[in-house]
Amino acid sequence: MRGESVVVVGAGQAGCQVAVSLREQGHRGPITIVGDEQAAPYQRPPLTKAYLAGETDLAGLVLRQDSYYEDHGIKLIRNERVIGVDRRARVAVLGCARTIGYDHLVFATGARPRPLPIPGAEHVLNLRTVADADAIRRRLDGRIGLDVVVIGGGFIGLEFAAVVRKLRHEVTVVEAQPQVMQRAVSAETAQHLVNRHRSEGVQILTGTGVAAVREGLVELADGTVLVADLVVAGIGVIPNTEVAQRAGLAVDDGILVDAHLGTVDPRIRAVGDCARFASTHAGGLIRLESVQNATDQATTVAAAILGSAEPYTALPWFWSDQYDVKLQTAGLTNGHDRTVTVGDPAEGRFSVFCFKNDKLVGIEAYNRPIDFLMGRRILESGTALTPEVVARPGFDLRASQQKAA
Amino acid sequence: MPKITYVTHDGVETVVDVAQDDTVMRGAVLNGIKGIVAQCGGGASCGTCHVYVDPENTKPLSQMHQVEDELLYFTACERKENSRLSCQLPVTEEQDGLVVHMPEKQL
Repeated sequence: MRGESVVVVGAGQAGCQVAVSLREQGHRGPITIVGDEQAAPYQRPPLTKAYLAGETDLAGLVLRQDSYYEDHGIKLIRNERVIGVDRRARVAVLGCARTIGYDHLVFATGARPRPLPIPGAEHVLNLRTVADADAIRRRLDGRIGLDVVVIGGGFIGLEFAAVVRKLRHEVTVVEAQPQVMQRAVSAETAQHLVNRHRSEGVQILTGTGVAAVREGLVELADGTVLVADLVVAGIGVIPNTEVAQRAGLAVDDGILVDAHLGTVDPRIRAVGDCARFASTHAGGLIRLESVQNATDQATTVAAAILGSAEPYTALPWFWSDQYDVKLQTAGLTNGHDRTVTVGDPAEGRFSVFCFKNDKLVGIEAYNRPIDFLMGRRILESGTALTPEVVARPGFDLRASQQKAA
Repeated sequence: MPKITYVTHDGVETVVDVAQDDTVMRGAVLNGIKGIVAQCGGGASCGTCHVYVDPENTKPLSQMHQVEDELLYFTACERKENSRLSCQLPVTEEQDGLVVHMPEKQL
């Protein structure tokens, strides 16, 4: 198997990790990563946090030093796109018309911000790349007290709101759903986050759509008009699947892959935000947008290229930093029908245990990192934990597991 | 730049120049040193950048916060007196010459 060449399409967290894991696992053949950004592969999570706040620069975000790629025989092609894949000839076609042959190809093309389907969307900035964050920083640079409207109350929108508030701007978050972070967390956790934002002086409007954006103004569906020096949207993403689709691979809100992250073409796999896979944790096809998913899928795919038959089964987990709140979730909590809260919500340290049909499906740890790590272990091992047990007065996850062990 | 020495579980030593205000974790990851995973990228969220500070160490180290303290109970290898999460160890000239030992595994 040694000597086979791998082309990785996309240079985000997943794409970079495919190359890193291949080398770590002993792959000897050529590896090429093609990415359409100028920057070397970098971490995106700090873009809504330390980077936006000016606490770190691009050098603080890169996943590996430039010399790493050279030292490990990884060819990194930047500022370039793969525009086509000829599966019969086994070549990737670059935008400059050059071709690169492959024995294995991995799509790690990521996703792009979902455009706002309203008039005036051209006045709205997104936050996905370093270039996006730089554009926002230029608009905020050195000023205070600007009116900033955030469209979308998901992870990106709320983290962005928290940082911009700390930079002393006036922030309003507009969320179309009745609850912020509806896809990601329980109503309890969402409410605590909303309370926290409000206590910092951020205005959060839920159940409110945006009708139009005009220069300096945001018009809501209910007729309210907000003054806005800057409008930023975070309303979800669209997976980048066009090249895979043109290559004749199955695509449906993501490149469809099996439990081993393989497509119907045994030489082509997909990882990260762009891959829609059969999840044992979700009990169906899902797409996950997270660092955990990007890196764990990349590691699985690297092993698969080297001959492993291990399926991808990693437990999903996420984190979000907003003000001094560290929210960590383990498992997939959407679709839960019962929650039990442990700890002290009034003190801002608690965990929400989410159950579905009395089975634990996820834990949301709000400033309780121990519960997060314990929760990961419990969910990974499939240890049964009923709502009744968790709801007992004085329940402590750590003590309960020590007793069990 | 301050130099940090990383010693793998099987005794391989690598000396790395780490930029001011980067962390001991970043110094390892940026240079592809095996033995530090850092799943969360430095957010004190995952406990996979565990190191043992050299027992002979005399360099000043950052104070341990509660989150780090709690996470250290859940590392893959046993917590010792000299255990730290390397993402919580910022590097300045004062740490020049610091030696850290990596545990057998992080996951």
